[in-house]
Amino acid sequence: MTTVSMTVNGKPVSASVEGRTLLVQYLREGLGLTGTHVGCDTSQCGACVVHVDGKPVKSCTVFAMDVAGADVKTIEGMANADGSLGTIQQAFQDHHGLQCGFCTPGMVMSSAALLAENPKPTESEVRHYLEGNICRCTGYHNIIKAVLSASGQMVAAE
Amino acid sequence: MAKDFGIGGSPKRREDVRFLTGRGVYTDDMNLHGQTYAVFVRSSVAHGRIVSIDTAAALAMPGVLAVFTGEDFKDVGGNPAGWLINSRDGTPMKEPKRPVLAHGKVRHVGDAYAAVIASTYAQAKDAAQQLADDTVIDELPAIIDMRAALADASNRVHDEISDNQCFDWGWIEDNRAAVEAAFQAAPHITTLELVNNRLVPNAMEPRASIGEYFPGTGDYKLTTTSQNPHLTRLLIAAFVMGIPENKLTVVAPDVGGGFGSKIYHYGEEALVLAAAKKLGRPVRWTAERSESFLSDAHGRDHVTKIELACDKEGNFLAFRTETLANVGAYLSNFSTATPTFLHGTLMAGPYKVPLVYVNVKTVFTNTAPVDAYRGAGRPEATYSLERVIDQMCRELGLDPFEVRRKNFLTTDQFPYTSPVGLVYDTGNYQATLDKAMEMADVSGFAARRADSAARGKLRGMGLSTWIEACGIAPSHLVGILGARVGLYDAATVRVNATGNISVMVGAHSHGQGHETVFAQVVGDMLGIPESSVEIVHGDTSKIPFGMGSYGSRSLAVCGTAMTKAVDKIIAKGKKIAAHMLEAAEGDITFADGKFSVAGTDKAKTFGEIAFSAYVPHNYPLETLEPGLEETAFYDPANFTYPAGAYICEVEVDEGTGKVDVVAFHCADDFGNVMNPMIVEGQVHGGVGQGIGQALLESTTYDENGQLLTGSYMDYAMPRAEDVPFYNVDYSCQTPCTHNPLGVKGCGEAGAIGSPPAVINAVLDALNSGGHKVAHIDMPVSPHRVWQAING
Repeated sequence: MTTVSMTVNGKPVSASVEGRTLLVQYLREGLGLTGTHVGCDTSQCGACVVHVDGKPVKSCTVFAMDVAGADVKTIEGMANADGSLGTIQQAFQDHHGLQCGFCTPGMVMSSAALLAENPKPTESEVRHYLEGNICRCTGYHNIIKAVLSASGQMVAAE
Repeated sequence: MAKDFGIGGSPKRREDVRFLTGRGVYTDDMNLHGQTYAVFVRSSVAHGRIVSIDTAAALAMPGVLAVFTGEDFKDVGGNPAGWLINSRDGTPMKEPKRPVLAHGKVRHVGDAYAAVIASTYAQAKDAAQQLADDTVIDELPAIIDMRAALADASNRVHDEISDNQCFDWGWIEDNRAAVEAAFQAAPHITTLELVNNRLVPNAMEPRASIGEYFPGTGDYKLTTTSQNPHLTRLLIAAFVMGIPENKLTVVAPDVGGGFGSKIYHYGEEALVLAAAKKLGRPVRWTAERSESFLSDAHGRDHVTKIELACDKEGNFLAFRTETLANVGAYLSNFSTATPTFLHGTLMAGPYKVPLVYVNVKTVFTNTAPVDAYRGAGRPEATYSLERVIDQMCRELGLDPFEVRRKNFLTTDQFPYTSPVGLVYDTGNYQATLDKAMEMADVSGFAARRADSAARGKLRGMGLSTWIEACGIAPSHLVGILGARVGLYDAATVRVNATGNISVMVGAHSHGQGHETVFAQVVGDMLGIPESSVEIVHGDTSKIPFGMGSYGSRSLAVCGTAMTKAVDKIIAKGKKIAAHMLEAAEGDITFADGKFSVAGTDKAKTFGEIAFSAYVPHNYPLETLEPGLEETAFYDPANFTYPAGAYICEVEVDEGTGKVDVVAFHCADDFGNVMNPMIVEGQVHGGVGQGIGQALLESTTYDENGQLLTGSYMDYAMPRAEDVPFYNVDYSCQTPCTHNPLGVKGCGEAGAIGSPPAVINAVLDALNSGGHKVAHIDMPVSPHRVWQAING
């Protein structure tokens, strides 16, 4: 067991973990932050995406101890200070960019990372960036619209 | 601005806030005091005899609490098939027992034969590996190919089934000779052999189950990823474990997609309940994605020969099909209905073809069980029809749009009894075709094709026109056809004393947005804000009964039960109002949330009536019970028949064989639409899955029965870059004639209509480039297209 400390959604946390404990396991089971989901075992689906020091990371593929000292942000940290939905979250609701909701946290986290890197992406840039996030419900149509809308751009196609 | 409340409005979904903030509660998100972890030991071979399982070493490992094998469940019941299908000769289908854990033999890679329970997940996982190492299985030759399975009776999936065949079904058998005669006399016959590729449903939430046992009362609780918790309870109670229904609660909380794969009861659910009782602690299990690939019920997997008899002008005279349908190693709950009554009965399409004969042989193989997946049988029927029609048009040099149009049923023909036994109540297939052609700018296609050519691409346009039977199902009818359950649904409307409402519905929402849409309907009917209406689903202890959500049935069946319960509330409210307003009951009208005496200004609000029902100081107690809660069960009079026309445009790169879907247009008739935003989303999702089937998704077993496409590294799920924006319209509306909302169902449409549209477009592109290709099987990967071009 190793003691690991990090900041999660702005709060310092510390725990004793096994070496094999994945970041997603620590978040879900250690901290009760169950918004981050596990949808596969090969780092493909993206349901587990969180931000580590501002970068999108698949939390099923890093050990908790590997992010010691880092600043971690999860879906639970994405709302505004007053509890209202953040811009990207609101766009997903406004454009019906989610159905079952399981992939949604990862989609929101990846979309936030995209818009941080590229505030005005084209449709094809959005589609390309989200290739590491799989959704089975929406056919992606409304997710793409939501991200373009969150970027403040008119949606080119309905 | 679009309407944002009530029937026909598109309010934002109330579900979304919890999902967008990480506060959804899926099964694996629950954390129970004293919980333990189950890990299943699954067969690594497709077919073999279990010689020995030595549990000693696993039991001695740290944290291990119990080990279960098939031996522990050999005396409990099997997980049954829900439909009894008879063969053409009248003999009943073969029904091998599907045990909780494999016993004696393993029959597919991933077949669970043991389970380990430990204090932590890691401990259970380690011990499961030990148990696998301590198990001896004599491998037998794998039976994978359906034709080989039927041809070689010496190798059997189930020892007691000599021919590996479940049944040989003819529909309608009495029409067989007439169809044969029509083919003998036909001026033209087009024949195609098709594979409807096996798909893995891949709901993004893997299956998960938590078993609890409460020794003080003898009650069990199962929390599980289910599309229909009541059916799961019924199967566990009546068939598998014998737990009395009233001692078992099944809860399906937030569920991350289903698409059919979570309709069924699975052995893991029984195991966690049995283990919880033995240990006196909660037992939880969550599938890894690899387990999902190996053990979820798969979909499709038909090999079909379809023939179309017609005249030289393309007027249809008869269809005939011979299909081999793979059921895998065991019969999943709906597996025998899917290739038969959800498939054969749709084989007339939206057409006035006089004669149809369908033959389906179902085959056991050493592969995962196959069952209903979004569309379930109807995509297979539509694909066969729409492909053979397109090929006929190519052979005879006819316009595929006009051939469909002239064979359509016309609006004056409804109600129409099809030659495969369904009664279509209403439709307007010309209207949806016209709409789709307008949306797709068909007349501008030549210019778009020239533009693609200038960029070095072959452009093709493909059409499919589809119909399905939804709103499953009239119980008396499905009973005749072999169903072992009724297919009604139920709802309770509970008006609380303070006037807000809880509605307990048998339908289950796992992405469809029932919590929003059902509240719209109730709010609209009662003239109250829908924010006062709470929809409760997914808990057998709260809900009267239900047959769950699949087959686009939720609104058409459960929604109808709900409206009938609301009608009863209004009727009782009128009696209360008549008493309070000192008027005759017949003079009371209800509108806009008020009970009024006709022709006067005397009125009571809905809230006043509700309060009076629970505080009955001025109330007709001698003739009327207090309280305001009503339940309705509804058994549909008929199926519903959504239909539509889909047009796809693709570009094909001749050099690489890569296909890009560049435009997709859907004109659907769903009858009345309760929430346009959600209907559009359902079509988007269905089309996305259909494009996945057409271009990407291949479930490949090798000759030894190893699943080569057992992860997202190998199974090509459609991703954002693989699909275009979809152009969706639902303005052609012929309301269902036999449910009060006039709804038909929209959940499966996209997955049904889109695969043939894509493939027809690909073949149009290839043939336009001089490549004389009659057919390519799905998925039309670049490799297959390149082979077709260069073959």
